[in-house]
Amino acid sequence: MTAAPALTRRAAAAPEARPKRHSVLSRGDGRGAWLFLAPFGLFYLAFLLGPTVWMFVTSFFNTSTVRTGLGSFAGLANYAEMLGRADFWSSMWHTLQFTLYTTPPLVVLAFFLAILTNRVRRGQWFFRLAFFLPYILPSATISLIWVFIFTPGSGLWASAQSIFGITPGAGVLASPNTAMIGIAIATIWWTLGFNFVLYLAGLQEIPRELYEAAAVDGATTWEQIRYITLPLLSRTTTLVLLLQIVASLKIFDQVYLMTSGGPGISTSVALTLVTGTGFTDNRLGAASAASVLLLIVIIAIAIIRQLVDRAAVRKAA
Amino acid sequence: MALTTAPERRTKSPLSAAAPAARPTGARMGTSGRTFSIVSAIVLTVFAIVWLIPSVFALKTSLSDNGVAALGATDILKTWNPTLHSYAALFQAGDIWNWYLASGVTSVVTAALTVLFASMAAFALSRLKFRGQNVVFLLIILGIMIPSQVLIVPIFQELGAVNLLNTYWSVIFPQVPAVIAVFIFKQFFDGIPKELEEAARIDGAGLWKVYWSVIMPLSRPVIAAVIILTFVGVWNNLLLPLFVLSNPNLMTIPVGLATVQGSFGQRYADIQAGALLAALPLVILYLAFQRQIVEGITGSGLKG
Repeated sequence: MTAAPALTRRAAAAPEARPKRHSVLSRGDGRGAWLFLAPFGLFYLAFLLGPTVWMFVTSFFNTSTVRTGLGSFAGLANYAEMLGRADFWSSMWHTLQFTLYTTPPLVVLAFFLAILTNRVRRGQWFFRLAFFLPYILPSATISLIWVFIFTPGSGLWASAQSIFGITPGAGVLASPNTAMIGIAIATIWWTLGFNFVLYLAGLQEIPRELYEAAAVDGATTWEQIRYITLPLLSRTTTLVLLLQIVASLKIFDQVYLMTSGGPGISTSVALTLVTGTGFTDNRLGAASAASVLLLIVIIAIAIIRQLVDRAAVRKAA
Repeated sequence: MALTTAPERRTKSPLSAAAPAARPTGARMGTSGRTFSIVSAIVLTVFAIVWLIPSVFALKTSLSDNGVAALGATDILKTWNPTLHSYAALFQAGDIWNWYLASGVTSVVTAALTVLFASMAAFALSRLKFRGQNVVFLLIILGIMIPSQVLIVPIFQELGAVNLLNTYWSVIFPQVPAVIAVFIFKQFFDGIPKELEEAARIDGAGLWKVYWSVIMPLSRPVIAAVIILTFVGVWNNLLLPLFVLSNPNLMTIPVGLATVQGSFGQRYADIQAGALLAALPLVILYLAFQRQIVEGITGSGLKG
């Protein structure tokens, strides 16, 4: 009996072209494999794939929270409505605006601070702590902190403005022109640490010998950064950029907590529109159509990322 | 860049390896290098202080009297009369205990289920051969591309249909299928030498025994990383619990705070104390498991 698995293993492996990879446990494990996959698969179907399919279906119906069932067939009406609504396009624009405000500082500043931190010989832990700690705070915590900092007139932000001779206005979050900037500042403070640790990890992959060789050849510190660090971190930068864009498209928490999309709809973003249409207007079909449109954009970016990744691998090979 | 490198990565962790790595370069540096280092240190310190200000200010506010906090930032900073009054008030009001319970239960249960189910699935994908393997892989890649936030409307409908709204399960279940966890486990398992389990198999061990007694005990670092990352993710989730929980007694701490925030009115010290209490368990977790958290994030970030 003890020899049996070994024998079957050899028999099963022989006809295969690539016998190594699965050589240990093969034939007869098929049923076992599905049993191991079953628990995760069940949750995957129930709470990931299932809802995605259901979302596509309801996007073609007048589904509502106030009735049970799908409701009447709407065809493409939900999509036509969304694409024709001014607030759909303004929420898309605000999402883009948020992306444009946050991405450059989050990439450039994280890169810059990681390079500097990597050069520090003592007390690195302190800088890691300072820059990374905000990242693990809940969105509710950072929002409450920043709303208080942005208190009109007497808040910390207004006080700092007075010190620099700027007259504090009605408050950063109270004006439609600056509310998104306020949300962007809070977000940069909150999530910089994520990119920072990605860059630090990337920096530590660069072989030290490269710098030593460059130093022997008389390269200045700046030249070392320009001709060694920058090019070798380009892969990390692509990654950071794409993660940043996808994260920006999904922004919801800070907006909901700091401005609820206001003043007016000046900070309303894609997910604010989805949840507003679905849970405030009770129009689940229309909300699904908006979600599908958002999902299409996000998947398009994920595919672009795959293509970029593959191109980079091919170039490296 | 797979997790095949995970066991080795421990030795050159971003947290431990940097300091010695910087030294030899520094030793070769001339005067220009030294000036550069000093300037770097100054600039870096300025940024670090700026980055610490919001948290420190929140802490200072939470230790102030509500009356002082209402006067504004300058009064908060000028007055030195620390009091734990706001914290005591929050704990006496009682809601926060329910919220801690909800956050704690949902985070722990989700983390446990995710680790168990994702590692089992990863074991099948890494070690077993079965028909339909390619389809499963495809579904997993697809799952990585679908962000759960986009699914809030259909998930809400589904939970309503099975009468799970306003239960802890409504927060737990949708967060269990974290596809990235399967990836992290699979890549780690791929790096474990096969000889160990072959020996176990020859001794007659079944699949479950191989998984539970051979693979899992070797995977402690990656188990820790997935537990911590799932815990933090569930604790911090706002969107899902916000819409599936409407009973204040069941709310997780971020949702509870966001909901009652309005009723605090001018009690700014209490609000900041609440904000910090919501984060406190995570800060403790971070200080205790810095390495696992940072490595988990760089690991999953590089692949996700």
